[in-house]
Amino acid sequence: MSETPSSPTSSPALDNCWENRWLLPEGVDEYLPPEAERLEMLRRDLLDLFFSWGYELVIPPLIEYLESLLVGAGNDLDLETFKLIDQYTGRMMGVRADMTPQVARIDAHRLKREVPVRLCYVDVVLHTRRHGFALSRNPLQIGAELYGHGGIESDIEMLRLMVRTLRVAGLQHFHIDLGHVGIFRALAREAGLSADQENVLFDALQRKARPEIETLLGSWQLAVPQRRMLGALVDLNGDAGVLDEARRLLAEAGAEVQHALDNLAQMAEAVQCQLATIELHYDLAELRGYRYQSGVVFAAFAPGHGQEIARGGRYDEIGRLFGRTRPATGFSSDLKTLLALNPGPQAIPRAILAPPWSDDDTLRDLIRRLRNEGERVILLLPGQADDPRAMGCDRRIVMRDGQWTVVPVDAREGDG
Amino acid sequence: MSETITIALSKGRILQEALPLLARAGIVPEEDPAASRKLVFATSEPGVGLVVIRAADVPTFVENGAADLGIAGKDVLLEYGGQGLYEPLDLGIARCRLMVAGPAQARETWRHLRIATKYVTTTRRYYAARGEQVEIVKLYGSMELAPLVGLADRIVDLVDTGNTLRANGLQPLETVAEISSRLIVNKAAMKMKHQRVKGLIERLAAAVGCY
Repeated sequence: MSETPSSPTSSPALDNCWENRWLLPEGVDEYLPPEAERLEMLRRDLLDLFFSWGYELVIPPLIEYLESLLVGAGNDLDLETFKLIDQYTGRMMGVRADMTPQVARIDAHRLKREVPVRLCYVDVVLHTRRHGFALSRNPLQIGAELYGHGGIESDIEMLRLMVRTLRVAGLQHFHIDLGHVGIFRALAREAGLSADQENVLFDALQRKARPEIETLLGSWQLAVPQRRMLGALVDLNGDAGVLDEARRLLAEAGAEVQHALDNLAQMAEAVQCQLATIELHYDLAELRGYRYQSGVVFAAFAPGHGQEIARGGRYDEIGRLFGRTRPATGFSSDLKTLLALNPGPQAIPRAILAPPWSDDDTLRDLIRRLRNEGERVILLLPGQADDPRAMGCDRRIVMRDGQWTVVPVDAREGDG
Repeated sequence: MSETITIALSKGRILQEALPLLARAGIVPEEDPAASRKLVFATSEPGVGLVVIRAADVPTFVENGAADLGIAGKDVLLEYGGQGLYEPLDLGIARCRLMVAGPAQARETWRHLRIATKYVTTTRRYYAARGEQVEIVKLYGSMELAPLVGLADRIVDLVDTGNTLRANGLQPLETVAEISSRLIVNKAAMKMKHQRVKGLIERLAAAVGCY
């Protein structure tokens, strides 16, 4: 330990050494001033927004039994979830990687109300792996869910609330992507695909890997119309014209597909009339959250960001797994991503430096009054250098004509 | 908002074979990327630029939106994951095979086979699918040497003509995957620059058709 290493990269032994103990695990971040403040402000603004729409806050636990956390979810969520053994029961627990199943459990098992229930949440989740670029392994998931109504109206409410959320976060330019997982699911069933075939085709569809899709469909024993319709999905993306195109290309599909297309058309119409400035994009092969979604799905994309920044949709199946079938729709996003997308104005210091602690009642009264008015007043401590700028203060309290007065900090004062 | 489109591709064989294809789609770089040290090139089409980067970096650039489109070998997509990407078009260029190769007379061995490769993920998946447990040795180049010096029993690498293999006393044994270059597309670009991106895909598809 006596020799200082010549270069920080000189020895792998230094990766885990005592001197590097301050290093955070990869992909784990923390927020410092002033970003932490901005993050908290955004959190409050969004909770106020949800409150005003009638969404009630729930705070599920950070950790619970795995069976409950992973209900209805696919292999992906399992891989995302950190696990540990409960010392009391020997059972496996998970640190949540997604709060949606927790909130669904609360609706189905704890609240048990008959009326539609609107819930919202914001809290840390943990991911075992980092996905995508600059994404944290400890995101701050924020979201809202609406249980107990199966109609398109609640999906529209959810989409509108998601758009409001992005606006409150200061985002102006984003696109909304609309899809419906029921179309692929029904086509796959009509074609008689096995679970494995459905998985492989799903994977290729997510990558719009047309050559692979054609090879797969060509190698399976499928009826001609079913093969043609499954093959058509990959190209069904674009503007509103896609829906007409889908009607034409999927005309031979069953009632479920036609119903899904009706749903999408209604949704599109409502969005166009209620959110006229939003740019809509349709994609019938985009099946995000396919394992537990059951109907309309939507996502928001922002320029310069390669992945979606918020997403949601209908998932009617999860409640049943908690013992109570309830239609459900919702959306979620990551607060840290939203904050990063809107750098916001450079924070200018606004605080008042007060003289060191004294017995003077009038000074204490003035400080109390200023704080009640929402000002930030910082006491100078005895023995501390008198430098208001270094303390982030733009004003200070001085004795002038026998009165305590707030005066702007003299520009020169910072230097001295 | 004027839309600009950036296409990422890599130096070497892919660049060489992609340029004629891009030219048939109406996109010609303003100078020859192969002969320049520059990394960014304007093209004959306003608003369309090229970036020339390492092959393994192309998916990273496209997935994160640093480029809207890219041309990447299927080997790179298999290895580094193309999950966050669209790959709508097989360009049919830079064709080769990802193969298992080894000495002509392989020794029988009771222990797990050692495989030298830079395609660690793809190799692990390939052998797992065959129900075989292997040990993988990650190398960055000159795989052919590994069996000769006893570092590995076999190698998994790209094979074009097979000349390098034969020159080192190895022979191709099994095909892991047929490789060619794919057009890859950033998901957000596909949605937000839809007209332009889809137009480009269609032009490239047409160019491939008359290859």
